Amino acid sequence: MERRHFDTLVIGSGGGGLRAALQLAQGEANVAVVSKVFPTRSHTVAAQGGMNAALANVVPDNWHWHMYDTVKGSDYLGDQDAIEYMCRAASHLVVELEHAGVPFSRLPNGKIYQRPFGGQSQDFGGDQAARTCAAADRTGHAILHTLYQQNIHAKTHFFDEYFAIDLIRDEEDFILGAVVLNIATGEPLLIEAKTTLLATGGVGQLFRTNTNARINTGDGMAMALRAGIPVQDMEFFQFHPTGIAGKGMLITEGVRGEGGYLVNKDGERFMERYAPHAKDLASRDVVSRAIAIEIREGRGCGPDADHVLLKLEHLGPEVIKKRLPGILDMARTFANVDPIKEPIPVFPTAHYTMGGIPTNRFGQVVMPLEHSAEEAIPGLYAVGECACVSVHGANRLGGNSLLDIVVFGRAAGNHIIEFLKENRYHRPMKDEWVERALSRLARWEQSGEGESVDVLRDELQRTMEHYCGVFRTEEVLAEGVEKVKALAKRLDAVRLRDQSKVFNTARIEALELENLVSLGLATVKSALARQESRGAHSRMDYPDRDDERWMKHSLYFEDGRVEYKPVRTKPMSVDTFPPKPRVY
Amino acid sequence: MRFLIYRYDPDADKTPRMQAYELDGFEDGAMLLDALFRIKAQDETLSFRRSCGEGVCGSDAMNINGRNGLACITPLDSLKEPVEIRPVPGMPVIRDLIVDMEPFYHQYRAVKPWLTVHDPEPEAEFLQSPEQRDQLDGLYECILCGCCSTACPSFWWNPDKFRGPAALLQAWRFLADSRDQATGERLAELEGPYRLFRCHSIMNCVDVCPKGLNPTKAIGHIKQLMLKHLV
Repeated sequence: MERRHFDTLVIGSGGGGLRAALQLAQGEANVAVVSKVFPTRSHTVAAQGGMNAALANVVPDNWHWHMYDTVKGSDYLGDQDAIEYMCRAASHLVVELEHAGVPFSRLPNGKIYQRPFGGQSQDFGGDQAARTCAAADRTGHAILHTLYQQNIHAKTHFFDEYFAIDLIRDEEDFILGAVVLNIATGEPLLIEAKTTLLATGGVGQLFRTNTNARINTGDGMAMALRAGIPVQDMEFFQFHPTGIAGKGMLITEGVRGEGGYLVNKDGERFMERYAPHAKDLASRDVVSRAIAIEIREGRGCGPDADHVLLKLEHLGPEVIKKRLPGILDMARTFANVDPIKEPIPVFPTAHYTMGGIPTNRFGQVVMPLEHSAEEAIPGLYAVGECACVSVHGANRLGGNSLLDIVVFGRAAGNHIIEFLKENRYHRPMKDEWVERALSRLARWEQSGEGESVDVLRDELQRTMEHYCGVFRTEEVLAEGVEKVKALAKRLDAVRLRDQSKVFNTARIEALELENLVSLGLATVKSALARQESRGAHSRMDYPDRDDERWMKHSLYFEDGRVEYKPVRTKPMSVDTFPPKPRVY
Repeated sequence: MRFLIYRYDPDADKTPRMQAYELDGFEDGAMLLDALFRIKAQDETLSFRRSCGEGVCGSDAMNINGRNGLACITPLDSLKEPVEIRPVPGMPVIRDLIVDMEPFYHQYRAVKPWLTVHDPEPEAEFLQSPEQRDQLDGLYECILCGCCSTACPSFWWNPDKFRGPAALLQAWRFLADSRDQATGERLAELEGPYRLFRCHSIMNCVDVCPKGLNPTKAIGHIKQLMLKHLV
């Protein structure tokens, strides 16, 4: 098998992976980026509304207010040291991106355009802030392309269309790189690296209707699980209030930021009842639940009363074309409505994985080992949606995910550079570790009659949607656990009919399905275990937040165990924001 | 609905062939990509690229009834039967609808598509007026799907020498950016008979761009700017 050697192996080429790679390449590290798709196809490209930073270009703002909003938005499950770090870094990093070429929209004075987004306030819960820096409604595209361009300039090594199979972990728990698969040739490749960074994104494909790309199958999280590392807070999955009804394509919160609002079948602005102050710009979990309740109580729109309407025609064609051109296209193409004249039918849609691989604010992967609950695994880092720092806690604020990937991508890059100074040589590699990773591939060489990947994935997505959706109960979740376990068993009987070596996408989908099933189990088991309602996790049998028992992070291990660790409530320099009732 | 799809697996086939599929019962508003998913559920050997499914990642460019487009935003009810699907033309086929895009990416990288500033950077953002920023609309939105360049006869003949519409659109995206300070270098890079001047304004690129962008117009702007720099 071919071997390559790098200082750092970055797995995933979305904004997190590329921001880290750029920091490393500019820091003279030899860095390889492995991605199962060409980098600009990564899902960061689909982020629309923008990136939060307290630039105060439109209304007064500061990072401390941003921090308060993020802690409150997280329903007090976010780690306050990491949140402080992120919010303080935000303004500098937006400027850095702008200098790198991101075509942000502009204000008349030439500064970066900022729009209001959900959960934002001035002065710790006061008036609405305007904190989200935007390039029209294509901010993710603008950032991802810019980061890719700068990486070409910095001479990052790209392994495009390589699929990561498994991490290599030695006896002293160091991570030594990964076995990856060249999709075009079907040949495995061993990439030995002194440091490995996982930046593989979320696992939105767990749910049937989702806003995510087909590639969002949680590959890095599942690799971590197989390497003996837990995943944290998986019960918290964000449902975005405004996916196109029945289809799932994302309609940015920026629509409401620009002045759009939701109505039920009576034409009522129902958010006024649920969030009298913030209304349509309450946190996403609050708005999604409100929509679900409206529909459940019979106030949904359409012949089946199965969605609500997002009105924006009052904004006028100028604003819509200038600020929301992508939405205009999307609604016309997929919802068959012209938002200049008529509202868009929307429904809460699976969107974002708050949980993920536990890390500290330097991007180091941490887990309970001999000495503490948060011991770093040497040589392993994770950033972005696949990681759980945790800055989003139980509910992420809109505009904080593009920020998260850039802040922690960069921070991880910096920490890796320090680590490399102390760890200058590749550690010895044993064949048996490599064999273990390769066995994952060998399993799919069995041919003959069996179940199909497609059928199983479809059943998994329906199961997760039904048993682990917006509202949850003990009974339904317990049934969900059994269902997903049964699917995991059936996975053994799946066979590939396509045994070609050349660009075998069926094989990739089979490997992705293995990842999805293990994360489905992690999600539904963690959800069953948490007996309270917090952020995106709504238990009808435990409707209240229970800080005494449950203000703690869950850690799910591959053997099915769920353990807990405390929330880091102490910020870096300011006072703690203690938990209080969360009203918008 | 009837489909005829280009099939070729170098592991199994001596020559490419067209394979027929027939499927019914599509929902209103179904896209070609939905049909491809259903075909793949029956016949998992059919290979094609896809990701976002909403026209922003640029993975699923293919030749649909003789015209390049993205499968995910091509409505089935807009297509004549049998729907003939082939890989985008002019590129080496790896398998089925998957082509080797490297010649296309090579030309993209060759225009140095990154913002270049020689002066020291300010502590805050560069100032750019809304009017200056408007100059980038219709340029920065490119998703690198390759529909344009692989529909361009000049690119088919000289994929190694002619930059092609997508790369030239990006060249203009940086020339048009008020923040960029590499105008001279960028123009010098495009001199000669091939890199820029192989464009003969056939305008296939404009016709097929799934994002409604206009590379021919961008190429015209580059030529004008070159002329201005000469005199």
